[in-house]
Amino acid sequence: MADKEKAFEIRGMNLSYGTFQALKNIDIDLYKNDITALIGPSGCGKSTFLRSLNRMNDLVEGCRIEGEILFDGKDIYGKEYDIIALRKKVGMVFQKPNPFPKSIYENIVYGPKLHGQKKKEVLDEIVERTLTEVGLWEEIKDRLNKSALGLSGGQQQRLCIARCLAVEPEVILMDEPTSALDPVATTKIENLVQELAAKYTIVTVTHNMQQAGRISNRTAFFLSGEVLEIDDTRKLFTNPSNPKTEEYITGRFG
Amino acid sequence: MKIREKVIERLILLCAAVSVAAVALITIFIFSSGGPVLAKYGVLRFIFGNDWSPTSGSYGILPLIVGTLGVTLGALVIGIPTGLGCAVFMAEMVKSRLAKLFRAAIELLAGIPSVVYGFFGLEIIVPAIRDYLLPMARKLDPDVPGSGFSVLAGAIVLAVMILPTIVSISENAIRAVPKEFHEASLALGADKRETIIKIILPAAKSGILSSIILAMGRAIGETMAVLMITGNMVKVPTSPLDPAATLTGTIAMEMSYAAPEHQNALFAIGIILFIMIIALNGIAQMVAKRFGGETA
Repeated sequence: MADKEKAFEIRGMNLSYGTFQALKNIDIDLYKNDITALIGPSGCGKSTFLRSLNRMNDLVEGCRIEGEILFDGKDIYGKEYDIIALRKKVGMVFQKPNPFPKSIYENIVYGPKLHGQKKKEVLDEIVERTLTEVGLWEEIKDRLNKSALGLSGGQQQRLCIARCLAVEPEVILMDEPTSALDPVATTKIENLVQELAAKYTIVTVTHNMQQAGRISNRTAFFLSGEVLEIDDTRKLFTNPSNPKTEEYITGRFG
Repeated sequence: MKIREKVIERLILLCAAVSVAAVALITIFIFSSGGPVLAKYGVLRFIFGNDWSPTSGSYGILPLIVGTLGVTLGALVIGIPTGLGCAVFMAEMVKSRLAKLFRAAIELLAGIPSVVYGFFGLEIIVPAIRDYLLPMARKLDPDVPGSGFSVLAGAIVLAVMILPTIVSISENAIRAVPKEFHEASLALGADKRETIIKIILPAAKSGILSSIILAMGRAIGETMAVLMITGNMVKVPTSPLDPAATLTGTIAMEMSYAAPEHQNALFAIGIILFIMIIALNGIAQMVAKRFGGETA
């Protein structure tokens, strides 16, 4: 493990909403090209943690963060840190598929256009490449100018992943990306996530223990705002070092 | 018990019938009073005629139509950017407490009687145009006529009067845009400005368009304030600094002393107004339906 490059280093992080402390003293590393799963019961802070990695919590009134979150060695909450650049490098896929009410094509080129890409050939190429990457190209290449809202839930979520890939991120954060999908669509997304790990660093929140076991190679167990354990997924699931982890993964609470 | 239910049901039906009957009666009354003049004089001649001299039996309302449209479009040109800016500010930029303060102020604007707006225009806007804008215009062209009573004065006051309509409906539409769109945009590296312009406003466009059309209806129908400050000169205005008369203003001013045929001609103006407003409402509903499906 020591030879792996770190994507994120989180040092002594505390996060509170008003008077409620949602995360306590988080001190973990996330490695490049890993799929790290964040598991734990509802309200344990795993989504909050995920959303602080690309500063989406900035939107929440009264949210305060202490400690350091280093991305490529730099503190993303530092005064000079460019949030736009951060979000370009750290993409996000949400729980509910949320394509914009625009055409499929416009959804994908939205990010690249924002970041200054105007050439039609390049944009076309991005659309084809990202849709191919998420396995949608063959399915929808004939209706790129149709509204994205006409796609099925699973297709919409893959489109959202493609939209995220279009800005060429290094890290993809996923917030329970399959919880709104049926089993077939879920399997497709799970396979996709594993393929993406070759090129991207992935951090995913999941409620589904089997899913964490299937797709991730590292797992962090959150409980009441603390990380109780973080380890190789296989080790954490077969031989957890914390008794609470064992209780949770064997289904005794949560 | 059963009889009581029945009685209450009938009473409610009666209440509903009264409002429908009111609309029907007004419609019948306007059309029966104004219709014959329209038929006798000719609809096209009435609408496109350039001369309005009721005493000599000449009923051309083109100057009134141009006056009304000029004042209305002017009000929209000023009111839409201001109102939309205000709606975006309240919905997206400020904390909820400050937004509440703004909303209360905007609602207050809706409660001010139109004669007060007219008085404000008369005392502030008209003199301001006369004392500041006209001298400037005369530097370029010494022959610019005018007294301050003008299309521009009417447009400015109307712009303020339609703000509540534009702001409140647009703000609701903007607030109704799911926050998921907002988050998705930010997560792709957009800043707030880009998110508002490229995602939020397009997603709220049906509500925004509805607000504009309703505001337009309000502007066309507004009588008193406009009457007090546009100068009521029945002549096609050729510049914003020219005086003008409007459809509604002319009805209000002339009704009290009109001879029977003149009076019927005023009702005919009412028919034209009626049709304009119904058309606008129809368009508003179509817009809401057409674009409504896309954002839902």
